[in-house]
Amino acid sequence: MISDLFSVTVLIGILASGIRLATPYLYAAIGETFSQKSGVLNLGVEGQMLLGAFAAFYVALSTGSLWLGMLTAMIVGALMGLAMAYVTVNLHAQQGISGIGFYLFGLGMSDLLFQKLMGNVETVKGFPKIYIPGLSDIPGIGEIFFSQNILVYGAYLLVPLAWFVLNKTTLGLKIRSVGENPDAADSLGVSVARIRYFTIILGGVLSGIAGASLSIALLNVFQQNMTSGLGFIAVALVYFGGWRPVGVLGGALLFSLINSLQLWIQVLGIPIPSDIAVMMPYVLTILVLVATVSRVRSPSALSKPFEREN
Amino acid sequence: MAESTSVQKKRAGFKIRVEPRLEEPAAWYPLAVSLGAIVVALILGGILISFAGGDPLKSYQHIAKASFGDTGVLSDTIVKATPILLAALACSVAFRMKLWNIGAEGQFIMGAFGASAVVLAPLLAEDTPRWLFLTVMVLAAMAAGAIWGFIPGYLKAKFNVNEIISTLMMNYIAIAWINFWIFGVWSEGGFQMSPKFPNNAWLPRLLEYAKEYPALRGLTTHAGLLLGIVAAIILWIIVYRSRWGYEIRLIGDNPQAAKYAGINITSNVIYVMMLSGALAGLGGMSEVSGVVHRLQTAPIAAGYGFTGIIVAWLAKLNPLVIIVVSVLFGALILAGREIQPSGVPKMIQGIILVSLIASDFLLRYRIRIVRADAEE
Repeated sequence: MISDLFSVTVLIGILASGIRLATPYLYAAIGETFSQKSGVLNLGVEGQMLLGAFAAFYVALSTGSLWLGMLTAMIVGALMGLAMAYVTVNLHAQQGISGIGFYLFGLGMSDLLFQKLMGNVETVKGFPKIYIPGLSDIPGIGEIFFSQNILVYGAYLLVPLAWFVLNKTTLGLKIRSVGENPDAADSLGVSVARIRYFTIILGGVLSGIAGASLSIALLNVFQQNMTSGLGFIAVALVYFGGWRPVGVLGGALLFSLINSLQLWIQVLGIPIPSDIAVMMPYVLTILVLVATVSRVRSPSALSKPFEREN
Repeated sequence: MAESTSVQKKRAGFKIRVEPRLEEPAAWYPLAVSLGAIVVALILGGILISFAGGDPLKSYQHIAKASFGDTGVLSDTIVKATPILLAALACSVAFRMKLWNIGAEGQFIMGAFGASAVVLAPLLAEDTPRWLFLTVMVLAAMAAGAIWGFIPGYLKAKFNVNEIISTLMMNYIAIAWINFWIFGVWSEGGFQMSPKFPNNAWLPRLLEYAKEYPALRGLTTHAGLLLGIVAAIILWIIVYRSRWGYEIRLIGDNPQAAKYAGINITSNVIYVMMLSGALAGLGGMSEVSGVVHRLQTAPIAAGYGFTGIIVAWLAKLNPLVIIVVSVLFGALILAGREIQPSGVPKMIQGIILVSLIASDFLLRYRIRIVRADAEE
């Protein structure tokens, strides 16, 4: 049975679903990269994703429009981000703790809305696979990389885009300076509050999309607590990736490939305890943190509220 | 007069000014602010409930009736409060040192694992006297929880690994770890749970004394409550009356001063994380031996560690206040079992936590309304 694992079909299946399953991690973790780069630790990602997943699913189900669902998820994410930004920037909240509050809020609220508005599990027809002439026909490669839906492609395009914005634009420079030395940025006329509002809300929007990618593109259902820790892993991925979009991509692929491998192990009935496989990415995240902590520095002002001195 | 930090609104000759507090507010003030925050949270929650098509007043009445209505449900409330109490104590001591241990959940789970291992491994024979059985289970649970706290504590102390991330990861490792045992070696007939523990491994419950005191019939409150209360008192003494507690508080309030005073921050990080883990682990033992009576993932990994964070914060990290607040949250969770829709308690918890943390702003700053022309 173990030999089944190494047949070409199965390997292609593992890689294709690995590429696909990285999608929610990528949206959420790239969003989190922006907010952490500006000095804000948003631990509420999981809650934002859950509400986004519900909003997208419910709107798509009742209107029949997937894009309207996406838009709603983005708005919901933005509103959660706005609340988070107010509590973080204006009220100087302890970010590690307030994030848990937003998580519980999203967990409970999405459950409440689900039961009030839907009641039972339904499915939608999610975003279809997009066929790219030429590329999709390449044996193996085509199936792995070029027969995915639009949100999957979007997630991978987001990585270079985020890199570009953070490293090559004035906005990116402002974001990084606010995260490294808010006092200096402030004295140079950069509004710390405005930048942080922007990054937290952007993070919320991307978390909303991450949730939507689960409910209307990958799994095409909504269930209570369907993210089951994905959002928290996204936060860890930012550390894992050393606050670089490319590093985040590497971490996201690692998590999703192991997940996909473990799913296939169960499908094929191979007698390897899948729980051990499940454990590995978390152990690895901790090990990577230990290994990189001396080389990769977190943004200096991360999770420190900014108070302007007169 | 203090310098104003920001001017938020200007209206008809009056200004709202926000300025930092220079002296400690009066003793009643933090309590009033916390209560105010809860009221605001309940109002916000009520708006959201009615927005979702529910009746907020009915929901809240239902919560009250379903959790304090008679001795039976009151007992159930206390059963729910017990694991929260221990998890919150665990969080409080770490938070006191500004160590953000988000991993009480995982430490709780590992405590349940440690206690279960005594029964299932088995370390003790089934006919071991009850007192010995329970003592060994308590010790094993606290040790397992302490190990789960030690790892992130050590990584923080030696390598400066962010404890929020490492404790979060440890939560998931703990779940996978007990799943591994429940689905495998300890599975009962292929089901995803261990066999039921022998009665000697159960914490005593009130209903056992129903023969002598008929009023206790059916009451499931178990001795875990006593463990929790004793732990709270000991922790209070440690934090407020011992040298170690003084060090913990000093490191939390002013790590620079602590360093100059010659306090070893590195080893304190490790010890406090271990103490925190041991307390959460004790909570896991109390739940597995007092309520579930077998190792099973869903009722053990039910989010008590996260609720503990809120309770610790609401109680301003005071172990004795945590006892009271835990009972209130036990009520909220118990009501959640019956209340429809079931998301309400978690959602309310989230709003309470956020508004509490936001309300801390009022403790550090004061808001004054001044005449615009009274500007200096």
